[in-house]
Amino acid sequence: MKKYVSFFRNRFAMGLQYRAAALAGMTTQFAWGFMEIMVFRAFYSANPAAFPMTFEATASYIWLQQALLAVFAAWMLEPEIFDCIVSGNVAYELCRPIRIYDMWFARSMAARLSRVALRCFPIILVALCLPKPYGISLPPSAFQFAVFLCTLVLSFLVSVSFYMLVYVCTFYTISPMGLRVMVGSVVEFLSGGGIPLPFFPERVRGVLEILPFAAMQNVPLRVYSGSMTPAETQRAVALQLFWLAALTILGRVLCARAERHATLQGG
Amino acid sequence: MIVMEHISKRYKVARRSGGAGAAMKSFLRREHEWVQALDDVSFTIRDGEMVGYMGPNGAGKSSTIKILSGILTPDSGRCTIDGLTPWKNRIEHVKRIGVVFGQRSQLWWDIPVIDSFELLRDIYSVDPAQYRRNLEELTALLQLSELLKTPTRQLSLGQRMRCELAASLLHSPRILFLDEPTIGLDAVSKLAVREFIHRLNREHGTTVILTTHDMQDISALAQRVILIGRGKILLDGSLDDIRRAGSENPGAQEEDLDRAVANLYRRLGIS
Repeated sequence: MKKYVSFFRNRFAMGLQYRAAALAGMTTQFAWGFMEIMVFRAFYSANPAAFPMTFEATASYIWLQQALLAVFAAWMLEPEIFDCIVSGNVAYELCRPIRIYDMWFARSMAARLSRVALRCFPIILVALCLPKPYGISLPPSAFQFAVFLCTLVLSFLVSVSFYMLVYVCTFYTISPMGLRVMVGSVVEFLSGGGIPLPFFPERVRGVLEILPFAAMQNVPLRVYSGSMTPAETQRAVALQLFWLAALTILGRVLCARAERHATLQGG
Repeated sequence: MIVMEHISKRYKVARRSGGAGAAMKSFLRREHEWVQALDDVSFTIRDGEMVGYMGPNGAGKSSTIKILSGILTPDSGRCTIDGLTPWKNRIEHVKRIGVVFGQRSQLWWDIPVIDSFELLRDIYSVDPAQYRRNLEELTALLQLSELLKTPTRQLSLGQRMRCELAASLLHSPRILFLDEPTIGLDAVSKLAVREFIHRLNREHGTTVILTTHDMQDISALAQRVILIGRGKILLDGSLDDIRRAGSENPGAQEEDLDRAVANLYRRLGIS
């Protein structure tokens, strides 16, 4: 276990040193957050009753999403992992007494958490100071907040285990580009990255909510803004647990297969 | 003790002729060829030996190293290293070996070298006292004290290679595989690396298997040479055997090793 922890620590420390990237990322996320809120305001002022979430809840959803972007974002994959598979540097990783899947899992978690650690607090702080209804509202209760934290951790793990599949598939496809582009857009859309899932038509939503993508950012963001009933929350958590188990098992099986069949290219 | 018995490995290689027409055709139908990388390779290496593993490019050297280090599964044949089959007992096996791939890096690009070392300490679960001893020894022998706090990206190739060597030895492996460890190094760094490997073998009895095209590496380090070409073992003997086999006059020895090897490759039809 210690080896994975120190892998995590190294990658986390490495992530913290990219200060300029954090500043640039934060600026982008502020701009994006404002823009989205402006767009939604225009829709809401046309007919507030036509929307499944209140404007306050939507604003909270957007700000929290911007603050926690690195927890879920499908395009923030680890370029080093792809590089080492494509170039064959993975040879070194394969001759360590360590399980590749677990090592990369620790690495992805650390990379994402180090990004979040640098970026989330300023965004949340500013969003808390914005006038109602444009800012982030406090959670309805301490209990609700605790549930939010639990679902956040689960959705983080589901996200990482889903993206692990992308890394593992690179062993088979050799070039990661196609998968990355496809996963990037599909996951963003289906997980509620573009518009929150409740905004989808009833029947589409029914399907989307069962998929693993809904178990990513959709659940914690909606729990925080209070737009889920307790029964819905229970079902969502059960689905998160299910997908976490299914995705990690699938990832491990594929990874073990890939390790056996890997041919390392280039001398 | 390393025992390789009748190891064979084939690769599937995509082929097409150049030009747009051929590219279009290959879009519809791919052509593959099988390349025999290793063909019935057998040898035994005893503990504490230093062996030079030679052959022209594409002869199967790297494939052999990859099989020995557990990252490539052969199609057929048996291989045991200290009783373990590398690709079946990968995790157990790799704890006891160290590997340096001269053309790749195991150090993290953006963080100081010492952080990579400490990560390796944890990955191999090296006892802290043992780690300190090894680190001190390696730092002194390879003159690393200035380098440890520098991020890898700011090291020169020679400096980095010294760090790579140290990184592969922090867990006191019994066997060290070196795949072209002196490639691209200047004279001073080459000598330092050779001197160090020699010392390692003498003082710790580490088994060293070295692949290189640099005949001076071989003559400085290896008591025994295994020559491979087109996936087959062609010669297993001493440097003098190479000198004799590569000489233009029967019975004589070619003094210039590079020439001897070139003659030998030509004669065996493997260059």
